Amino acid sequence: MKHARLLIAAAAAAPLALAACGGADDDGPVTLRMTTWSASEDHLAMLNEIADAYTADHPEVEAIEFDPLPFEGYTSTLTTQIAGDNAPDLAWILENSAPDFVTSGALVPLTDTLSGADGYEYDDLIPAATELWTHDDELYAYPFSTSPFAVFANEDLLAEAGQPTAAELVASGEWTWERAVEAGAAVHAATGTDGLVIRDFDYTGWDNLSTLWTGWGANAWSADGAECGFDDPEMTEALTFMHDAVFEQEAMPGPGTTADFFAGEAAFTVTQISRAGLLADAAFEWDLVPLPAGPTGDYSVIGQAGLGVLTVAPHPEEAADFLAYMTNPENSAKLAQYFPPPRESQLTAEVLGQANPLLSPEQLQAVVIDRIDAGVVKPSHTGQAQLDQAVRAALDPLWTADADVAGVLAELCTAIDPLLAQ
Amino acid sequence: MTKAVADTPPGREQPRPGGPGWWTARRRDRLAGYLFAAPQLAGTVLFVLLPLGLMFWYSLHDWNVLAGGFTWTGAENYERLAADPALPGVLGATAAFSAGLVVLNLSLALVLAILLNQRLRGTIVFRTIFFSPVAVTLVAWTIVWRFLLQDDGGVNGLLSTIGAEGPNWLRGEATAMAAVIVVQVLKNVGLNMVLFLAALQGVPKELYEASTIDGAGAWTRFRRITMPMISPTILLTSIITVVGSLQVFAQIDVLTSGGPGTSTTVLVYYLYQNAFQFHDFGYGATLSVLLFAIVLVLTVIQWQMRRKWVVHED
Repeated sequence: MKHARLLIAAAAAAPLALAACGGADDDGPVTLRMTTWSASEDHLAMLNEIADAYTADHPEVEAIEFDPLPFEGYTSTLTTQIAGDNAPDLAWILENSAPDFVTSGALVPLTDTLSGADGYEYDDLIPAATELWTHDDELYAYPFSTSPFAVFANEDLLAEAGQPTAAELVASGEWTWERAVEAGAAVHAATGTDGLVIRDFDYTGWDNLSTLWTGWGANAWSADGAECGFDDPEMTEALTFMHDAVFEQEAMPGPGTTADFFAGEAAFTVTQISRAGLLADAAFEWDLVPLPAGPTGDYSVIGQAGLGVLTVAPHPEEAADFLAYMTNPENSAKLAQYFPPPRESQLTAEVLGQANPLLSPEQLQAVVIDRIDAGVVKPSHTGQAQLDQAVRAALDPLWTADADVAGVLAELCTAIDPLLAQ
Repeated sequence: MTKAVADTPPGREQPRPGGPGWWTARRRDRLAGYLFAAPQLAGTVLFVLLPLGLMFWYSLHDWNVLAGGFTWTGAENYERLAADPALPGVLGATAAFSAGLVVLNLSLALVLAILLNQRLRGTIVFRTIFFSPVAVTLVAWTIVWRFLLQDDGGVNGLLSTIGAEGPNWLRGEATAMAAVIVVQVLKNVGLNMVLFLAALQGVPKELYEASTIDGAGAWTRFRRITMPMISPTILLTSIITVVGSLQVFAQIDVLTSGGPGTSTTVLVYYLYQNAFQFHDFGYGATLSVLLFAIVLVLTVIQWQMRRKWVVHED
């Protein structure tokens, strides 16, 4: 009995000894890990199918794991994993952090690997799609999803308010922002539901407003990123228009109000076509049309997502080889089921139609294919996260009924000028 | 197995380790003590002291995670801290939040505890009601409140039934800060309330009886007997609440994301933005050092003040 206490103490401390015994890396076949922000079962099944076909032919890669992270805070989670020495091999990259990833050396250059891969047809990639992901003529990430913004319309609500359908407005050449807001205001007045919602803006995600201000020829900053564009007359005009639409015409929901188009709570919403899936069980008639024309005419804005190999990945070479396989013409056609591809040859209504059975070939032609080449990407800049916060904070005073639009925008530029200069 | 023979001078022979004379009850007890303490000690070293040391170490570096750079910069981050134009606003928001939270939380907890300490029907029900938010997940609680506080949310809906038009709570600078404070107070006031309740019930009844006989009124009894007797609990709750208030994060992230403008960007949120959103872990660590220093100083001040206002303190 005299040792009983000692034994209990030893038992209490035993887990420490166990914890100290860690596993060690082996030299056998490697396992690749890729982070995504989609946990969709369909997406993962397709990715796993491509991965299985790859591992069957590549004994050096034992398995490829797809690791879905929450979309909210995706980049923060990814960078925390990198900081914690737990970097994935491949990662999806959001367009707004593209400049940070592309210019910082965080990603492995891909041009040689991709252009040298058998049957890759590197020249098929559309320059407008790869531009954001290219630095010093070197491609750092593959833009696996290149999807224009468009407008979904709720035909039932428009009819209830005595408004023409969106297609009728397009056909008659009246499809402008002014007319869209007028129709939205009419729906709000007649039905009490909201008029027009720029999805994911919610008075914080300001970069989504580029789907509006591009129609006025406005830009968040100059092409070289050095000069603030928020105090330009075009921007002031565009945001004054929006301010009126929110606070005077009540065509757009105000701050702190939520309205979900896909639940039938708004007449129009500006978003990407990939959201069409949310309309599978819609209880209302709907249509998809291109963005309305602004004072400068027709335009389009595209949203992108990239796929890159991290420099600090455990197995960068194997990962780059898998990336080349995953995005070759054959697999790109598979990816196109869900993500509009950056390949010229695959941008057809037929390929895209497989992905979006709810959309007609005419809708896809008008909204995606005709618009992708001329598309402007959403604003992004080195140090985007910091700029994002600074612009969001400086725009907050704009969202009150009595705001001085020009004054707020001038102050915004004062706030972000030092960041743009960095 | 060979045994090493200790090279001991003649006349000072010691029992060999492991030998019958060396393995005394005293040594056995000591070993058991160390083994019992080992898990806690290892946990403290691994999860408290080591990260604390690393935090100081990182604050002396420029660490850009994306670029993979980790370079020694000495005091550069501290110079940047001293010149950071955003810092006064951040510290102001932090002070406003902490002051509002501590005053509201402690006074409400004390009032509730005194009310629920009465021998009335239904006090158990009310105790449960006020304590239950403590058991709710913080983020779930906050998300529900975000919906309630929207412009067209439940709070304004309730106000409209009495003909009042509520503000857009989370979009106005003053109302956003007030909303964050109240949501946090309602979440945690139950914990302090229970601590106060336990302290109130520990006050000897004889003291109240004696003072009543001496003619003391309710206020005098509260001021001269209740307050001094529960002062150690007031100290404890105030330290916990102050330290907790300086570490508020999830509520800010869910309710306001630091806005409108930067009006609710408190120190921890600013730290999070720098480290995890702007990828600048070196400066983030420097802000952590500042937070650590503030918490340390405030706790030391409170601890020193106990001599003045805590009765029965040894």
